[in-house]
Amino acid sequence: MPDYLLSTSPAMAKRHARHTRFQWYGRIAIAISISFMLLMFTAIFFRGIGAFQKTMIAVDVQFTESQIDPSGTRDENSLKQANYKPILLQGLQQVIPGATERRDRNNLYKLLSNGATFDLGERVARKPELIGTSQRVWVAASSEVDLYVKGKIDPDVPEDLRRLKDRDIAWIETLRASGQVKKQFNKTFFTSGDSRAPEMAGILSAALGSFFSLLICFLIAFPLGILTAVYLEEYARKSRLTDLIEVNINNLAAVPSIVFGLLGLAIFLNFFNLPRSTPLVGGMVLALMTLPTIIIASRSILRSIPQATRDAALGLGASKTQTTFHHVVPLAMPGMLTGTILGMARALGETAPLLMIGMVAFIVDVPKGVTDVATALPVQIFLWADSPEKGFVELTSAAIMVLLVFLILMNVFAVYLRKKLERRW
Amino acid sequence: MNTDALSAETGAKPIMTARNVDVFYGKKQAIDNVSLDIPENQITALIGPSGCGKSTFLRCFNRMNDTIQICRVKGDIKFAGQDIYDPKVDVVALRSRIGMVFQKANPFPKSIFENVAYGPKIHSLAESKDHLEDIVITSLKRAGLYDEVSDRLDEPGTSLSGGQQQRLCIARAIAVDPQIILMDEPCSALDPIATAIIEELMDSMKEKYTIVIVTHSMQQAARVSQQTAFFHLGELVESGDTQAIFTNPEKERTQNYISGRIG
Repeated sequence: MPDYLLSTSPAMAKRHARHTRFQWYGRIAIAISISFMLLMFTAIFFRGIGAFQKTMIAVDVQFTESQIDPSGTRDENSLKQANYKPILLQGLQQVIPGATERRDRNNLYKLLSNGATFDLGERVARKPELIGTSQRVWVAASSEVDLYVKGKIDPDVPEDLRRLKDRDIAWIETLRASGQVKKQFNKTFFTSGDSRAPEMAGILSAALGSFFSLLICFLIAFPLGILTAVYLEEYARKSRLTDLIEVNINNLAAVPSIVFGLLGLAIFLNFFNLPRSTPLVGGMVLALMTLPTIIIASRSILRSIPQATRDAALGLGASKTQTTFHHVVPLAMPGMLTGTILGMARALGETAPLLMIGMVAFIVDVPKGVTDVATALPVQIFLWADSPEKGFVELTSAAIMVLLVFLILMNVFAVYLRKKLERRW
Repeated sequence: MNTDALSAETGAKPIMTARNVDVFYGKKQAIDNVSLDIPENQITALIGPSGCGKSTFLRCFNRMNDTIQICRVKGDIKFAGQDIYDPKVDVVALRSRIGMVFQKANPFPKSIFENVAYGPKIHSLAESKDHLEDIVITSLKRAGLYDEVSDRLDEPGTSLSGGQQQRLCIARAIAVDPQIILMDEPCSALDPIATAIIEELMDSMKEKYTIVIVTHSMQQAARVSQQTAFFHLGELVESGDTQAIFTNPEKERTQNYISGRIG
C-alpha cells in the first residue's frame, strides 16, 4: 500500500476533528431535547398518577324509613333528595363517639365528600328495599382527606397552616385502624363532568366536548381543505388571483389562534346566533384554524405526485377529472389524511379560540350532542389549573395525561393510515 | 418543399399533416414554422440533438402540450382532415385516437391487468367483463408481453423490469385501439436487449398503427423508421425517406449531425 494513503497531514486531522466535533454537537442537542421531554413527562406523570385513585370511607348506615321516606311513598325524586346527612353522621359517630358537639359533628361530617349524600340518594332510589336495613357503604372521602391518605398533606406542618386539623387527622387514623379507609380506582374521573369539589370532578364532559368539536372540525375542514387543494393544484390556471390566494392561505396558517376565536365570536355567535359554548361552534372555529394547514399539506402532497402519472392517464384520453380522481387523489390520499390528522391534533390542544366562544364555562353535565354546552380538554386543564383547591393539582396533571394520550393516539392513527393506504408499488 | 413531395415519393397517404406550426413556451419559441406529413401505417422518426424541439413537436399531435400552461401552439395540424386545435375538438376523443408512450415507463400503481384495462374502461370499449379481459389479453399479446406475465396479471405493473414496463405502457396504449401511437424516446432508459425487443415490436405494429417516434439514437431511427425528420434548433431541417436521409442528405446540417459533427 502506498504511504500517502496512510499519512495524516495536519489538514486531514483538522478535517476529522471537525467531523467528530459536529457529530457530538448533534448528539448533545438531541440529548438535551430528550431530557427536557422526559422531565416534563415524568413530572406530569408523578403529579397526576394520584388522581386515578380516590379515597373511600366505609360508613355503617341505618336506612331508617322515618328519616329517608317519612311519607312512605317511595317516590324516586324524594328518595334522591332526602336528607342523608344525619344517618351518615350517625354511622361515623359509631366509630368516633367523641364528636357530639355541633362544631365537632360538622367537622366529622366534612371528612366525607359533599357528594356522599347524592351517592346514597342514588343508591336508595335504585334499590328502595335498602330502606329499613343496615348496611356498610363506601362513600367518597373529602378532597382534604384524600390528599392526606395519599400522603400529600404533611402533618408536621403547623396546624393553622393546613385545612385538615390535628383532630381530623386523629379521626382518620381511627377510621383507618378499624379498616374503614381504602383507596380505589377513581371511576368518577372518567364518568362525570366538572365539579367544584375535586373528588367529584371528572374529565368526561371535557373529553366528549373535545370529541364533538373535532368531529365538526373534521367534517368541515377535511372536505373543504381537500377540495381547495385539489382545485388549486390540479385545475386552477396560475394567475395573479391564485398567487394572491396562495399568499393568503400561507398567512392564515400563521394567524394566532385567538384571532380565529374572535372571528367565531363575531360571526358565528353574534351574527348567525349559533348556540354559545357548544362543540358546534367550537368545531367551526377549529375548522377555520385547521383549514390552512390541511390545504398547505395537501397541496405539497399533490405537488409531489409525479407528472408522469398524470401524463399516463391524460395520454390515454382520460379527462382532467378522471385523471385527478382515478390516479392523483388516490395516490395523495394517505398524505392528505395524515396532514389532516396532524392538523386536528393541533386543534385538539387549542385553548385560546375556545375561550372566545364561551367553551370555558363551568359544565357539570356530560354533553350528548354537538349543540349541548360543553368544554374541551385543554380548556378543562386551564380551568383546573386555575382553581385554588389543592385537590385540583393532581386532576390538572391527570387531565394533561388524558390529553397527551389522545394526541398520541391520533398521531399513531395517522402513521397507521399512511402505512395502510400507502401501496408500495 | 420536400415535405409535400414526401407523400408523392412514397405513395403513402398522410394521416396527419402539420403546416406552419410554431410553438412558444412563454416568449421563447421552441418550434419555428414546421410542416410535416405523417404517412399512414409507417414509422416516422423525429431525430435531432437535445433541445431541438422534437419532443415538443410530437406532443402537439395529441395536444399533450395543453397541460403546460405557458405553452402556445400556432399553425395548422390536421388528423384525418380535421383541425385538432379547433375549439370544438374534444381532447379526450382525440387522445383516444392518438395514443402515447413516454420516455420513462409510467405504469399506474395498479395491477398489470388494471393498467391495460383502464383505457377501455374509461372509454366504455368493453361490453362485458369477458370482453374487457379479451381486450387486455389481446393488447398484451400485441405488445409481446403476454407470455411473460400471463400468470401474474394481478401483480403490480411496477414490479416488472424496465423493458417489460415499457411494453406494458405500449399494451395500455394499444388497448384503446388508437390509429396513431406517439413514442417519446421509448427506449432511452432501456438496455440494448429490451430495446431490440421493442424495436421488433414496433416493426410488427406498423401493419395496424401509424407510429411517430422521437429518438436520440440515429441507429434506431435508421433501423425502425421509413420516414425521418431531422430537427435542429426548433426548425425542421430536412425530412424524407429514411434511407435517403441517412445515405444522401440534402442539407449540410443533416450531414453534420448524422456523421456526428454536431449534436
